[in-house]
Amino acid sequence: MGKATRAAFGETLARIGATHPRVVVLDADLASSVQTKKFADAYPERFFQIGIAEGNMVGIAAGMALCGLTPFVASFACFVTGRFEQIRMSIGYNNANVRVVGTHSGIGIGEDGYSQMGLEDLALMRSLPNMVVLQPADAIEAEKTTEFLADYIGGPAYLRLTRQNVATVNGEGYRFEFGKGVELREGNDLAIVASGACVGEAVLAAELLGKRGMSVGVANIHTIKPIDADLLHRLASRCGAILTIEDHGIVGGLGSAVVEALSECPGVVVRIHGVHGYGESGTGAELFAKHGLDADGIARVAAEFLARGSRRVGGAA
Amino acid sequence: MPEGFPLTPHTGAGTFARSSVTSVEELRQIARQLRVDSLRMIHAAGSGHPGGSLSAAELVACLYFRVLRYKVGRPDDPSRDRFLISKGHGVPVVYAALARAGCIPLDELKSLRRIDSRLQGHPDHVRLPYVEAATGSLGQGLSVALGMAMAERLDTKHDYRTYCLLGDGELQAGQVWEAAMAAGKFRTSRLTAIVDYNKVQLDGHVRGIMDLEPLAEKFSAFGWHVEQIDGHSVDAILAALEAAAVQSERPSVVIAHTVKGKGVSFMEDTHAWHGKAPTTEELERAIAELEAA
Repeated sequence: MGKATRAAFGETLARIGATHPRVVVLDADLASSVQTKKFADAYPERFFQIGIAEGNMVGIAAGMALCGLTPFVASFACFVTGRFEQIRMSIGYNNANVRVVGTHSGIGIGEDGYSQMGLEDLALMRSLPNMVVLQPADAIEAEKTTEFLADYIGGPAYLRLTRQNVATVNGEGYRFEFGKGVELREGNDLAIVASGACVGEAVLAAELLGKRGMSVGVANIHTIKPIDADLLHRLASRCGAILTIEDHGIVGGLGSAVVEALSECPGVVVRIHGVHGYGESGTGAELFAKHGLDADGIARVAAEFLARGSRRVGGAA
Repeated sequence: MPEGFPLTPHTGAGTFARSSVTSVEELRQIARQLRVDSLRMIHAAGSGHPGGSLSAAELVACLYFRVLRYKVGRPDDPSRDRFLISKGHGVPVVYAALARAGCIPLDELKSLRRIDSRLQGHPDHVRLPYVEAATGSLGQGLSVALGMAMAERLDTKHDYRTYCLLGDGELQAGQVWEAAMAAGKFRTSRLTAIVDYNKVQLDGHVRGIMDLEPLAEKFSAFGWHVEQIDGHSVDAILAALEAAAVQSERPSVVIAHTVKGKGVSFMEDTHAWHGKAPTTEELERAIAELEAA
């Protein structure tokens, strides 16, 4: 098991602070949780403790960005994107170059329960026309996306991170390409399209299904917006069936983004798999199992999907 | 009325030039012109918010024609003073000031609220960079202005002040007090908030909806330097803004006591004219009153 993506983000941010004098970090009393503490210790003059006032933090960041700085505002995904009205007006509409960072995404956070779980953040951030949305699958990708965001000047961006440790799915020489999906495994019967903490589980699920004679591919979508529509169309034409996996509510997240991208693509069936209803307490592993987001759960959903009419319309099923 | 007024020259950090070319009497005339312009624009648009443009006319005239340091044609000049109108519905009087200062064509004022216009119903920074930030969702502007003032401190090359004009009704929003608390903590002495305290909001009198008093004490308690003035007195506005500009430890707020709909008898002190365009007959009566005053 590799590191949590929040940890890689925090280490990278502290490192690139030295070479990026315009990067500033704002905090709402969660610096040790969201891992911006290392940056705070290294560059206290560029770290701003705003207190438990996320709406104000978002507004201050927007003003800083409009004066040429590159602010990272980090909090739990639910708290920071919960200030949607401020993000929409002060950051989005102004095309302010702010990085909104939401850690502790999904049910994977475990015991703290629903109030601390970011389960609607992707839906909210995706809905803003100029907001870029990124979700790294492992520590290496979290490092690369953080580096990318420090240099990006195109406008607002959202970075979604995990509390929990996640599997390493990318190799050491990994090259991050903004807007491009990563095909981790090829398959002909079904393509699993996953993001974030679920990617590692999806790879394990594909291996389980392979042992049972099913040819299942896995694609990692780190850039949820703009999504890699070319890759999705290639997967659609190859497999005719796509299963999306995410630790997020089933409305408005990765699954919705995939369906939107394939909305005029003939001959493909998509199933969206994610979190139904509100979250709850339990260990992260227990919750992943209960909601079918661990390898066994994904394999079960995939096998059922393949058995019940995922096959290409008019295809060789 | 000349085509655009001469502007306050850059004078360096700290204060602004008393020797400015725009006289107090000229500022009064400009305020009257901005009122006429605002009403004409809102009438032409067929919708808008006259009351809050009329109450802020002297404040906006003093800012754009005496206090703010900026260059016409250079809305991106990094050393310019920043001015945000947090009460975004009051933006017609700001558009009028931008036009009279020569930043946008006078003729463009007719495009207020029209499709494809830079003069959106509420300020749009991307379309019109002269407005420093989009506002209109009330309660957010002071946070953005605070961010600008905090950025100025990190800017080793440029000195500027940040001004934020707030409505009184929006002080009911919690975020304003989050920003007030933070500005007190960070001691952003180069931030000046101005409250257009016209006592009336959309549904009625502020006092009856959610009273703000004691307002000066609230800002004081958050660590601000407070000036309370008659917001229609040019002399008082200039003195208060100058007193704010010399603060070195605290942010400043100018609580400007104003009259909603100021200058038009039938629009004064009533919420009926918060968000309604005048008819042609009403417009003519209003302009006749303003020109006779």
